[in-house]
Order: sequence, then C-alpha cells, then structure tokens
Amino acid sequence: MSSQRSKHLFGVRLEKRASDSRWMAYCSPLLAILLTLLCGAGIFASLGHAPGAALYTFFLQPLEDFYGWTELGLKASPLLLCAMGLVLCFKAKIWNIGAEGQFIIGALGGGYMALQLDSMEGPWVLFAVVAFGALCGMLWAALAALLKTRFACNEILTTIMLNYIALNWLYYSVYGPLKDPAGYNFPESALFSDSSLLPLLFDGYRLNISLYFALLALACVWTLMSRTLFGFQIAVLGEDASAARYAGFKQNRLVWLALLVCGALAGLAGISEVTGPVGQLNANISLGYGYAAIIVVFLGRMHPVGILFASVLLALTFMGGEMVQMELTLPKSLTGLFQGMLLFFLLACDFLIGYQLQWSRPNRKISTVDIAQKAQE
Amino acid sequence: MTRIELNRITKRYPGCVANRDVSLSVDGGEIHALLGENGAGKSTLMKIIYGVVKPDAGDLFWEGEHVEIRGAGHARGLGIGMVFQHFSLFETLTVAENIALSLPASEVGSMDTLKARITEVSVRYGMRLDPDRTVHSLSIGEQQRVEIVRCLLQNVKLLILDEPTSVLTPQEVETLFATLHQLAAEGCSILFISHKLDEVIALCDRATILRAGQVTGECVPEQVSVEELARMMVGDETPLSENYSKKDGGEILLECRKLNYRPEDPFASALQAISLQLKAGEILGIAGVAGNGQEELMRLISGEETSAADTVVLNGRSIGKDGPAKRRAQGLCVVPEERLGRGAVADMSLENNALLTAYQSGLVSGNGWLNLGQIRKFTQRILSRFNVKAEGSLAQAKSLSGGNLQKFILGREILQQPRVLICSHPTWGVDIGAAILIRHALIELRDQGAAVLMVSEDIDELFMICDRLCGICDGRLSPVRKTGDLSINELGQWMAGQFDVESELSDSITDSNSIEEQAL
Repeated sequence: MSSQRSKHLFGVRLEKRASDSRWMAYCSPLLAILLTLLCGAGIFASLGHAPGAALYTFFLQPLEDFYGWTELGLKASPLLLCAMGLVLCFKAKIWNIGAEGQFIIGALGGGYMALQLDSMEGPWVLFAVVAFGALCGMLWAALAALLKTRFACNEILTTIMLNYIALNWLYYSVYGPLKDPAGYNFPESALFSDSSLLPLLFDGYRLNISLYFALLALACVWTLMSRTLFGFQIAVLGEDASAARYAGFKQNRLVWLALLVCGALAGLAGISEVTGPVGQLNANISLGYGYAAIIVVFLGRMHPVGILFASVLLALTFMGGEMVQMELTLPKSLTGLFQGMLLFFLLACDFLIGYQLQWSRPNRKISTVDIAQKAQE
Repeated sequence: MTRIELNRITKRYPGCVANRDVSLSVDGGEIHALLGENGAGKSTLMKIIYGVVKPDAGDLFWEGEHVEIRGAGHARGLGIGMVFQHFSLFETLTVAENIALSLPASEVGSMDTLKARITEVSVRYGMRLDPDRTVHSLSIGEQQRVEIVRCLLQNVKLLILDEPTSVLTPQEVETLFATLHQLAAEGCSILFISHKLDEVIALCDRATILRAGQVTGECVPEQVSVEELARMMVGDETPLSENYSKKDGGEILLECRKLNYRPEDPFASALQAISLQLKAGEILGIAGVAGNGQEELMRLISGEETSAADTVVLNGRSIGKDGPAKRRAQGLCVVPEERLGRGAVADMSLENNALLTAYQSGLVSGNGWLNLGQIRKFTQRILSRFNVKAEGSLAQAKSLSGGNLQKFILGREILQQPRVLICSHPTWGVDIGAAILIRHALIELRDQGAAVLMVSEDIDELFMICDRLCGICDGRLSPVRKTGDLSINELGQWMAGQFDVESELSDSITDSNSIEEQAL
C-alpha cells in the first residue's frame, strides 16, 4: 500500500496529471523529432545504409549552400500559408483536412486566369491572378462550410472528398481544356507569361515573394488569434462549444469565417506555387503541402512561432527526400514516411501532457478494474 | 461487532491531501454519518473503502480482519455496496436488465427469477419498483431505488450512500429513511455521506466529521446541537447564522407567456404552457428535482434555445427569437448550472473567462480589438469584490475550487450590472463560506432593484432567500406564492407534481379559452 515500496518494483502505471504539463507540451514535439530520427536511423540501417551518413544526407546536406536555404524558404512558404489557415480551423476544432484541395483549386483557378490574361501586361495582371487564386480556394472551402453549417456534414469527410474532386478536376483540366496545344501532348498548360509570375527575391534563385505572403499571413493570423474578439471566439468554440453557445457566439458564422480564411490562404499558397517555381499548370503541382501543413500545425503546438519552425522542418523533409533519392538512390517517398512518423510520434508523446508514467507494482487486474470503475463514474 | 474499521488512512493527490490519518469504524447495524463540506474528502474515503482508489498509507479491517481491497468487484464480494451520487444506469434498458448487468452471471439465473427477486426485495423494503420499466421513464428517486435494490440483492453488509438525498423531494427522503432504518434493524451497516445536518441528526446513530481531509470530530448526533455539528464541519472562521428580509417586487421585468417547448433530444423535458412573471427587486425561486424541465426553461430564457417572439418578454420587449448576446445586451445575465464546461472554459485563464460573457461591457473596442488592460482590470475587480481565491487573473479556470469558480462566475455576471439575473443551483456543491457570500450577493443585487430568478433543489436555501416560490414538475409550473405563505410540505407536493386543484382548473379553463379563441 505504501508508495515507498512501489519504487523497488517493476511496472509502469499511467496516472492522470492534476493539471496539464506545460513543460511536456513543449517537450513533446522535441521528443517526437528525436524518436523520428532514431526510427529513421533504423530504417536507413535496414535499407543497408550507414544511419548517420544517411540522416546527414536527409537533414543536413540540403542546407550546405545558399541555394539550399532559398529552396527551404520556397518550400516552407506554402506550408506556412496553409498552416496559418488550418490553425484557425483547428483552434475551433473544425477538422479541415481540405487545405490540399483548396491549394489545388487556388492553383487551378488562378492558373486559368493567368492563361486568360496571357497577352496582358502590367502589375495588375499578377494581382488579378493571385487574388483570383485565393478567391477560388476560398470558394472551395465555402463548399465544406455550407455542408457543415447547413446539413451538419462532418467536415473531415467532406474536405477529404473535396480534395479528390479538386485533384481530378486538375487532371481533367491539364489533360483536356487547359492542355498546351503546342506542348507535344504533355499533360501541362502553356507556360505563364512573365507578367503573371511572382517576382524573385534573388537573381538566379527560385525563392520569390510568396515568402512575404507567408510571413504576412503569420503576423495577421497571430494578431487575429491573440488580440481580437473573433480569435477569442474561435478559441472558445474549440475549447468548449457549450460555453460558446452560452456566451452567445454565433457558431455557424465562426465556422464559415474560419473555413473561408483557411481556403483563401491555401488558395494563395496554390497560386503562388504555380506562378512561382512551377510557372504553368501540370498534374504534379502539389507535393502534398496541404496535408503536410496539418502536421505543421500540430507540431507547432498551434502557436504561430512553433508553426514557423515546424514549417521549416517539414520543408526540410521534402528536400531530404529528394536528396536521398539523388545521393543514395532511395525512393523519394521517404519524405512521406518521415512526415508520418513525426505525426504519430507526436500524437503518442502528446499523451504525456495529460498523463504521467508512474513506476508501480505490476498488478494488471487492479488497474483495469480501476480504470473501468473510473470510466463508469 | 465492528463491521469495518479504517486506521490512519492517508491519500495524497498531486497538490492536495484528500485524506490525512483518517480513522473511522462502523458497527454492524449502525447508521454512521460521514459529514463534511464539499471537498472535505468524503468521496475519496468512500472510494477507498469501495476499492476504487488505493490509499497511500493506512490499514483497513473488514469484520476484524486486515484486508486490502483490490477493486470494486472485491468490495462487492466482501459485501460492500455503494450507491454513487451519479447513477451508473443504462437509460434505455429496463430495471431488471440493468440489475442483471451488474450481478455476477452465477447470481442472475433466469430473468424471471431475477424479476421475482427484485419485486420481493423492493416490496420488503418499501421501495416499489417495476422490473420491466425502462430506466429513463423512472424518476430520479426511483432510479436511486434501482441502485439500492441492486446492492441489496447481493446480501450487502455495508451500504455506502453518497449524498443520496440531494436529488430527492422531501417526501422521497422520508421513504428512503424508512428503508434505511429497516435495513439497519436487520443488521446491515450503513455509511451515509452528507453535508445536511438535519438529515444526519434525524437518521444516524453516530457521525464522523471531516474537514479538509482530517477527522475533526466524532459524536452521537442526537446528543449535540446543530451548531456544534456545523462548527466541526466548517471550522471557526465561518459565520453560521443567516437571516434575510423578504421584499415585494416592483414592476414586471421578465415574463414568460404560455411558453411551450418540445425538445429534439428524447431525454430532455418538454415544457407545457409555462407562464411566469418576474418583478424588479424580488428573488423568485423555482424548486424542482433535476430533469423536470427547469434546465430547458433556463435555456429558453437565456436565449440558448429560442421560441416564438412574444413568449418571452424582457422589459416590455419580445425577445423569444433573440440569441443570448442580444438578450445580454438588454441586461439579462445568466449563471448556468454547469460551472466548468459551460459557465467557464476549463483550460482558459480567468481573464479569458471574464471576457467570455462580458465582451459587451467595454472590454472590446468597436472593431473587435480586445482591450487587454480593461479585461485584466475587470477580472481583478471580480477577484477582489467576490473574494475569489485564485493564483491571479491568469490562473486556469479548472484550477479553482467549485466554490471559488462559482463566486467568479456569479461575480462576472453581477459586475455586468444586470436588470435580470437568472441562476441555476447557485450554491450547489459549494462550501458554506462561499454559499453565504453568494446569497449575500444575490440579496444585494435584489436590493439594487434587479430581478433574480433562481432554480434550485435546495429547499432550505430557497426558503431562506426567495421572496416568492413555485415548483416545477414534468415541464409544468405550479402556482407562485409568497414564501411566507407556503409550507415546506406544500412545496414538496408541488415538486412532485401535485398542484392545487384550483390552479389546475383555472389552467384548463384558460386552455379551453385559448382553444375557443383559435376556433373563432
């Protein structure tokens, strides 16, 4: 019965913490990264590569020169844009998985506009293209908002389905109506004119002003979340929907706003990608930024600064995948593997925020009864 | 012979000691009270006896033998039965099915014999129960009987009841006490957990008093005064006597006119033609056992549920279709029944929780920017005015004790200077000191000319502070009467649905009038 005795015995017991551990909330992502690295080392070893060298190739070699750093910014920007939209939704516990679809539709709509304005010149062209792209992403998210608020459809399902519709719409467009007539039948559109391409930050490098879009979105969403009634209402809705109802917050309006903002930001990310490094519409415009951004948000603890770091880390996994493909002839899908491990380890480690491990006497029978009884209460 | 003996039981939780060196013994056939305020450690101690919680130190003897209770199943095997405050029954199953689920398979036998046993036991102890009724159709008192019968079927030697009377009408309490006396006479020991002194005096042979996790006294309740008991329970600092003047209200501020409500949720209560007038400068109390429609009525008045526009009238304006924010802007504030999970967001800071409902009281600029300085000031005003014990205005709501959180929520609503305040169970589960402060605050608000509508199960409290009273049962409201002209018995009957024949007649007359009006 005494706690002194239990120290000397084996066995681990999980005990709910009296209050959530703040310390663990910050440590959990770091622990997850560490576990991912360990597991990744194991995977490399089992594939017959020296783990240390392979990890170096994956995580450090991409950043050995200035080009690598600009590419990191180029990949982190769309992630950050999508994540800043998603964090609004996730704070309100609106599980929008549809940033990918909103990204694609933003790219498709904006790209269509760019092709239509091909012969036009002037700074307004770029503005129109980018704005229309963001608008299209917003409208795509509006579908999910309508289904959720009007018909109470689960947004996880609708947004995932809308992702597939968006992707197939893109395929249809680049294989059909938007295919470049002079493109040797490749599934891609004509190249955009210079006036609808985003200005570059450095000559000779692909990094463009979408980085500024992303940083601006970060600042705006951060302000929105921490300084406005709207952000507060979003947070309350997520924490406790019945408190939000009691306080008189308009739930449907919040759902609409969160999804529209997210759609616009994801659409902006999409159009920035096609008017940036891609320069045309093709079937492979997204590397899965919309999905990876979900990991970014959770890894970044739903806090803007954390999300900034997380988006850089996830951007690195995209580059690392390409690097190991080039250097070690391993498949590029290692990117997805690392991203997946990161998310799963994170979710597992997050359990320790609310619970702690207790070393105690191994008596399984008691503990299951305990848990059942507690659950019954 | 001693049935159970606890010797220096200690249980620590992170941040607090729930029980410290608690010793207690119960004889066979004895009704033993465990008396203490909320948070005194009563429930933890009971869970230790029932094997649900393991003590950090101390010994437990069952009928003279040292035992280590390994879990609820082991406790039941020894002959310990427990009726929790919150029942663990499946609402969609019948009484017999619920009981069958909790018994070991070997004891159930065929369903028919079980039903016969249930009927036999329930008749023998004066707790009529139909084994074939589904649980959701039972009153709370009847559901409690299911829990008790379930224990009795297992030849229980020690029955633990955790605040069993908190959900019962006065008449139901009497029936329960009769049953408990009969059980004790047959040799069953009973541990009766309560914070109601008069009940303990009426029922129990001995009492052990807990305060802040420690035993502060043991006595024979019949031989000590209520004051002595109360002193042991709350300590020396808290004032005990309370006396409030009654007042007649002024003009009508809030009115419900033939308010009907049909819920979508099958387990919620429907409301039938609720009419009620709340006057400035009065406290109107609605007594009712939980689940009789008071919660739905509160939501309809607060605006969380809406109704036809003219069925709810605030200050002469029809507000039935307005949401909570609009009603609040017109001076209607609400203290809900659930503190965490509705009245306050558990994980958010007190500042954010102040903002939760006070966002229309100058804490937010016209364009939606938060005024962080004002929010902090407002929060600190709540903390100091209402004596809320918290680690500053950034403490999480869930870190506060029930009483302090309730003071915070009430303070937040009162500092918005409401014309009408509606509150559900304002002192439920709150320690005496906080309860007195809350009652004073309500009276003060009344004296400033606001109208207060209060729903409660605590009849003593309703009589103490309300100027007029009525009962609610099964979605219907009894007549309203001045507190001074009403007896506790009558109110108990109203809570059980027995309204005046006169009033029912007049109700049916107005009903038929309205039908005629519609026909015309």
